[in-house]
Parts: sequence; C-alpha cells; structure tokens
Amino acid sequence: MTVEENTVLRTEDLRVAFGPIVAVDGVSTTVEKNTFTVLIGPNGCGKSTLLRTAGRLQDPDHGVVLLDGHPIGDLPARQVARRLGLLPQSPQAPDGLTVIDLVSRGRDPHRRWYEQWTDHDEQAVDEALRVTGLTDLAHRPVDRLSGGQRQRAWIAMALAQRTPLLLLDEPTTYLDVVHQLEILELLAGLVRSGRATVLAVLHDLNMAARYADRLIAVRDGRIVATGTPAEVITPPVLARVFDLEAAVVNDPENGRPVVLPRRRAPQ
Amino acid sequence: MRRLVPGVLVLAVAAVLSVLIGSRTLSPATVLDALTGGGDAEAVAVVLEYRLPRTVAGLLGGAALAVAGVVMQGHTRNRLADPGLLGVSAGSAVAVVLAITVFGVATPAGFLPFAFTGAAAGCVLVTVVGMAASRRRDASPATLVLAGAAVSALLGAATGVLLLLDSAALSTYRFWTVGSLAALRGYDTVAVAAPFVLAGLILAAGHARALDVVGLGDDVSRGLGRHPLRTRLTGLCTVTLLVGGAVACCGSLAFVGLVVPNAVRLVTGGTHLPLLGLSAVLGAALTLFADVTGRLLVHPAELPVGVVLSLIGGPVFIALVIRTNRRPA
Ligand SMILES: Nc1ncnc2c1ncn2[C@@H]1O[C@H](COP(=O)(O)OP(=O)(O)OP(=O)(O)O)[C@@H](O)[C@H]1O
Ligand SMILES: [Mg+2]
Repeated sequence: MTVEENTVLRTEDLRVAFGPIVAVDGVSTTVEKNTFTVLIGPNGCGKSTLLRTAGRLQDPDHGVVLLDGHPIGDLPARQVARRLGLLPQSPQAPDGLTVIDLVSRGRDPHRRWYEQWTDHDEQAVDEALRVTGLTDLAHRPVDRLSGGQRQRAWIAMALAQRTPLLLLDEPTTYLDVVHQLEILELLAGLVRSGRATVLAVLHDLNMAARYADRLIAVRDGRIVATGTPAEVITPPVLARVFDLEAAVVNDPENGRPVVLPRRRAPQ
Repeated sequence: MRRLVPGVLVLAVAAVLSVLIGSRTLSPATVLDALTGGGDAEAVAVVLEYRLPRTVAGLLGGAALAVAGVVMQGHTRNRLADPGLLGVSAGSAVAVVLAITVFGVATPAGFLPFAFTGAAAGCVLVTVVGMAASRRRDASPATLVLAGAAVSALLGAATGVLLLLDSAALSTYRFWTVGSLAALRGYDTVAVAAPFVLAGLILAAGHARALDVVGLGDDVSRGLGRHPLRTRLTGLCTVTLLVGGAVACCGSLAFVGLVVPNAVRLVTGGTHLPLLGLSAVLGAALTLFADVTGRLLVHPAELPVGVVLSLIGGPVFIALVIRTNRRPA
C-alpha cells in the first residue's frame, strides 16, 4: 500500500467543540509525505484548532488523528515529539530567556534526562539559528526582540527539533515581506529536499498560492475545498470561503495564481 | 560549575561566621577548641548544642527555600513567586502550630508530617487561587502575589484563633510564623528534616530540564513531548518536601525564595540546572548571613532571622514588582 506509506498525517472525521461552538466539524484529510500543505480560511474558522488537534495539543470530541498510521494519542509523547514539531499561534517566552536558550529547548525530546548535550544537538541549534538569520542575535533576550525576530526565534526552535513533520500556525504573520519569503523558501526547501513535510496556517493567500503544493480551505470548521493552488484559488472558492470578491491572475514567472481582492462579496 | 565555586566560598564564610558569632562572646580559638572536643565545657555546649545545629538548620532551610522559589517561579511563570509570599510556608507553619497546640505533638518527628501536609495544602491552594487570578483580564505577575498574600493572611488569622484557644503557645507561635533559628537545640529537628530536604533538592535537580520547557507554556511543552500534569505534580512534590523540611528547621521564612533566584538568574540566565545549584548555595548563605546579622544588630539580644530577611527582602520585592509591571508580561 504505497498510498498509506506516503500519508504522514491523517485525520478521520475530527470534531472539536468548545461548549456550543463547534470549531472543527467533521474534518477528514491527509497530509502526504514531502509536501507543503497550507490551511487557509477566515478568522475563527477553526484552522488553529484543527492544527492543534492534529498535533495532539487538543483532544478531539470525535474522530482520530493518525501519525504514520498510528493513533497519535496512543503513541508515547516523546516519540511523537521526535516525529512532529509544532509551533502554536502566539507562544510566549519567559522574561530574559536568550534566543539560543530558546532554540536549544527544541532539542529536549531528543535527550533523556541523563543524556548530555552532544555535538549533534549543537549542530542542530547552530543550523536553525543560521537559516533563520538569528546567529548574530543568539545571545539577546527573546523579549527584547522585534515581533518578527521573535517569531523567527520560535521557528528556529521548531527547526532545531529536526522532526520530519512540522505543524506551524501562522509562522510568518509578523514578518516583513522579505523575511516571509525567506522563511517560506526555507520550508519549501526542506520539503523539496525530502527532509520535511510541512502543514502550515497562512493568512497571505498569495504566499500560500506560491509555496503550497496543496491548499486546504476551511470555513466554519469544515473543509470547503482542497487541491493545488490553481484548483483552490479561484473566484468562486474565495467567495465561498472568505465572502471575498476577487480577481485571480497568474504570476508570469511561475504561473501560480495571484489574488487581487476587490470587495466583500454580497451575502 | 565555574560559578558554583565562588558561591560555595561565600557559603563557607557564612557558615564559619555563624559558628563564631553569637550572643555569648567566644574567641575563635575557644570555638575551635570546642569543635575539636576540647576546652571549656560551657563553650563546648554552646558550640555543639546550639551554634552548630543552628548553622546546619539555617543552611538546609535557606537552600530549600531558595530552590523551592526557583521551582515555583518556573511553574507559575512568575518571577515574584516565593513560598513565603504565596502562603505555602504559612500553610506549613499553621499545620505545625496546630499539631503543637491542639494535638500536643512535641517532637520534630511528630510535627514533620504536619509540616508537609500544610505545605502541600498551601501548594494546592496557591495553584487554585493562581489559576483563578490569572484568568482575570488585568492579571499581572503581582496578581498572584496579592492572591497569595490573601491566603497568608487567612492562614495567619487561623493561627490567631488557635492562639486564643491556647495562650501558652504564644512563643511557639512566634517562632513558626516569624521564622527563627534561636530556639533550636541539638540535632533532633535537623536529623528529621534533612533527608526530606535532600530528597527535595535531588528531585528539583532531576526536574531542571522539565522546568526549562515548562516556562515556554503548556502548548509548547506538550509539543516537546512533556506531560504538563505530570510535571506539575513533580513540582508540587518537590516544593512540598522542600518547604515542609525548611519550615521544620527554621519556621516560615519569606523572601529567600524571591531574592536569591532573581539575583542568581542575572548570572546564570534562564537555564534551570545552574540556576537551581547556585540558588541552593546562595540561599543557604543568605539565610546564615541574615541570622548572624540578627545576632549582631541588637547584641546580646537577637532579632529573628525572618525579620532580618524581611528587612532585606521587602525593598528587593518592591523593586521587582515595579520592574516586572513596567514591561508587558
Ligand atoms: N480554548 C477555546 N475555548 C473556547 N473557544 C475556543 C477556544 N479555542 C478556539 N475557540 C473558538 O473556536 C473557533 C475556532 O478558533 P480557531 O482558533 O481555531 O480559529 P482560527 O481559524 O485559527 O482563527 P484565526 O485566523 O483568527 O487564528 C473560534 O470561534 C474560537 O472562538
Ligand atoms: Mg488561528
């Protein structure tokens, strides 16, 4: 069954409710190995809840999450942490914690309490700092960085974990356009070189269209459309997902769709 | 490790001073004679029966409270957390007073279980109150301390009631709530409390890496493969052992767990193993220095070590509150 082997993460009929609010409503989807999958959808549609549930931060009320074919809740926590790295939407570092200390904590799942810090750990941290452009800021406290630098520090922590699967909730929200490109380019590079599978939430549709292999559009806790950017980024889908009236053109360089927003679509 | 050496030297100086200085003036030579078992019988009694156990008790209590402070600050993600300020020590002290006044317990081995039960109850109360307080939208690091102050006041009132029932307990009461090393005689208390404090210190050291991760929040620490609940329970056991043992040694001392970790953090940064190690050493040193100072300030009478610590700790606490509130949490 090569199809099964290629599925890193699968959700089956997931449902998550907070009291009367159903945040995720019967979501079944898959994330294939070495793909860059992006979740899009309006504020409050359940993207973060879906991602958190997939990353076992949230227990579903119904349904199951399978990591490499095993129910994620049955796997030992540390083993999951070696396979799946996770960046929540707005994490907070304690006062005074330096960038390098934060990034080093990404190595925690790889060390038992009696194990020393190894060269391999050191390498993973150095590389994570380098690719996020933080080497020069390594000894600065995280709480004294700009929002974008801080976000890169958290991404670096997730990268230092060196997991084959990365779940990232809005990793580029606070970044300027060049840093957005850099981070997404980096993630896409990890995917292309076969080192990682990425599932991320992005709000910037053009970035999503440019870097994603596959888009999942969510509204009111349900999947409205999935497919390649060309299949999902179309005026009818945008209207259904975001109530957005938009023109879609193609990027002359790579042929990917580009959204030109016009106005809120009449209901 | 490199940073531990000067710390240990400071502690050694504090311990030596604590043995040399007291309400009865003894020359260093006399003390040395007494320590080696010779010389004046009265000096031997003073040094071996009073000063030495008192020094050991201060050392254990100070180390335990400073480490408990680090653990509590890690779990609450709040730099102002301190076993004294948040009512954990008060819980322990009240339980001991209860044991003595109501249940007539007289030996350290007898009241130690009460000290632990009280500390554990204090921990749980702080956790519950802390969780409720942090849900407020205007919650700041000081909110938890305010809630803790309320818990402490409540426990103080409970002790007051006990006191009305038994006025003969007044001196005992003062000893446990203010925190003092003056009444200590012989090694009974120290011998009973030491294993628990040591166990707490070892547990804290084993817990250091978990504390590193806990500080990043529940989501991130679960993402890194930790169990927040299991970690909390370990933390709770650690603090209970440390505070129960410390209160048995020297009563309820505030501020050691606040001042020491916050000062040490400036040197070690936020990684917990060095922070715990150096805090243990300097917590012991601070407590001994404070005790010696108390013996010198109003010589030949004595100020309880708890009072001296509050004189030092109060201003530091105020400075910390002002600093932590200025920056968004
Ligand atoms: N812990 C919670 N308790 C109660 N309701 C929650 C909780 N977390 C999320 N919700 C609700 O669930 C719904 C989905 O929230 P979620 O955070 O998944 O949205 P989102 O798609 O990530 O939005 P955004 O783009 O703003 O990040 C929202 O209505 C939200 O109010
Ligand atoms: Mg979200």
